[in-house]
Amino acid sequence: MKTPLTHTIRPKEPPLDLSQYRRTGGYRAAELTVGRTAPGDVVDLVKRSGLRGRGGAGFPTGAKWSFVPMGDDAPRPKYFVANADEMEPGAFKDRYLLEGDPHGLIESMILSGYAIGAEVGYIFLRWAYRLAYARLSRAIAEAREAGFLGHDIFGSGHAFDVHIHVSAGRYMCGEETGLLNALEGKRATPRHKPPYPQASGLWGKPTVVNNIETICAVRHIVFHGPDWFRELGANGGAGTKLYAASGKLRQPGVWELPIGTPLGEIIDEHAGGMTSGARFRATLPGGASTEFLTREHWDLPLDFDPVATAGSRLGTGTLIVMDDGTCPVGMVHNLEAFFAMESCGFCTPCREGLPWTAGVLRRLEEGRGRYEDIELLRHHAKLLAPGVTFCALAPGASAPLASALSLFGDDFERHVREGRCPFRAEA
Amino acid sequence: MAALSSAERAEIDAEIAILPDARSASIEALKTVQRHRRWIDDDALGAVAEYLDLSKHELEAIASFYNLLFRKPVGRHVVLVCDSVSCWILGNEAVKQALEDSLGAAFGEVTRDDRFTALPMQCLGACDRGPALMIDEDLHGPVQPADVSELLRRYP
Ligand SMILES: Cc1cc2nc3c(=O)[nH]c(=O)nc-3n(C[C@H](O)[C@H](O)[C@H](O)COP(=O)(O)O)c2cc1C
Ligand code: SF4
Repeated sequence: MKTPLTHTIRPKEPPLDLSQYRRTGGYRAAELTVGRTAPGDVVDLVKRSGLRGRGGAGFPTGAKWSFVPMGDDAPRPKYFVANADEMEPGAFKDRYLLEGDPHGLIESMILSGYAIGAEVGYIFLRWAYRLAYARLSRAIAEAREAGFLGHDIFGSGHAFDVHIHVSAGRYMCGEETGLLNALEGKRATPRHKPPYPQASGLWGKPTVVNNIETICAVRHIVFHGPDWFRELGANGGAGTKLYAASGKLRQPGVWELPIGTPLGEIIDEHAGGMTSGARFRATLPGGASTEFLTREHWDLPLDFDPVATAGSRLGTGTLIVMDDGTCPVGMVHNLEAFFAMESCGFCTPCREGLPWTAGVLRRLEEGRGRYEDIELLRHHAKLLAPGVTFCALAPGASAPLASALSLFGDDFERHVREGRCPFRAEA
Repeated sequence: MAALSSAERAEIDAEIAILPDARSASIEALKTVQRHRRWIDDDALGAVAEYLDLSKHELEAIASFYNLLFRKPVGRHVVLVCDSVSCWILGNEAVKQALEDSLGAAFGEVTRDDRFTALPMQCLGACDRGPALMIDEDLHGPVQPADVSELLRRYP
């Protein structure tokens, strides 16, 4: 299989060290760019590549960078932050890059940092990724030693260094402004936008936050050019995407595929289909905070726009597959309990409403629910929807709940009618 | 041992050195103290607050926000069981039950021999290896309920 962005990753083996990475052409793009090309040209390449943010929202990366103040009177230092929090339940794609391609990430951070004129880079790393931490630390030390990070990178006179912050664990740390607060040693509550981080981010300085997968594409775009990247997509999309799938699958895992690969192909061909006895019923296409897709969407290209048209979100592109033996009420209960625990507490529908929602779902799952509960859940899903709360956590919690209620209403009603969860063996 | 040890201070100083101000190091400082003492008691919290020139209340607000800063005692080994949706689909309820049975302690408690504290955690980012759990720095998965007691034996 063609894996243009991840061909240097050897799963189950240690990642390439500096000299091995150099032999694959590594750090060539950075060497030829830093101090030799105008930063604006790098932004332009990324714009023309059609790269869209892989952290969930799909925002065009080049456009995001172009809001950073440039020139001699721009505030300093500027920061480039790599979001490796990946706390979204069901998501584990960034881990593949962090463990498998640490030098690729560092080189891409150098290029991204150069494009926005940043002197300092941070990797905000999920605490559970111990192996990634060890490998990244080693790669950073090697890159410093070689003069690719530090005060005078590649002898260009430009400074750029990278530090790792290991998170103390909270879903809100992944939200970009919550992340900035965490880096400043505060509670990871979201900030008001505007001002956007590009204008006033970390310690009030211009800052860009990008997802690990987004960043890792940058060195390839600079090396091969934007047209090369664009053409890697399928069904009109630009580039490849790391898709992942978990659930009762023969080969759960992560795969680099053309963006726009259809849902059914990922499940049948790449994940090897369902395990014996399990049948596909639905999937969350992009982590916990997305709406369910069903059989009806088997041929749907998994790219930002088609998935949005189908009423869901591509999100992280990490599928959580629900089989016909998994209870939708129990599954949504698990999700809402997570969101309830991770609410930062600022908005009432989120702080008060989510624990209550989780409680009602638990009651239903345990066979103590009432028909009115289902209506209450429908109503509350609306109070969590976009536009009502301060950040996107609550809408993310609303997405699987609202879609489960409309797709699997019968299952909710059966729980009430039978006074038990029909998916659990009778005690 | 309330006052910060010289090792703790050295580690905290190294963090402060790469930050614009001392207070930005609060999370790193709390993690440092936890690494040395397993958990952060009130005296330790007070010592860190004083060192970073924060009020105790400000620092408590930060400490209590993060899932992995422990303000209650934990055992020598911390077991984090992934509680998120993919592991749940793959049967983590039985693993959690087996864990509580083997430990003879509920989640959040310290076992009588001071060896373990188990905590449910969302999420470990090992959805392709569910049901997953971590013991200290080691990731294990897929874990079957029957594997649990043998796994625990490896952590004396
Ligand atoms: C509650 C919440 C959690 C998030 N967690 C992550 C995360 O773990 N990793 C990530 O890259 N983006 C996460 N995001 C999205 C970020 O806010 C941000 O949009 C993203 O890092 C931008 O990167 P991109 O433009 O490269 O996609 C989260 C958003 C919300 C609302
Ligand atoms: S929606 Fe929830 S997590 Fe987001 S700001 Fe409001 S309370 Fe906090």
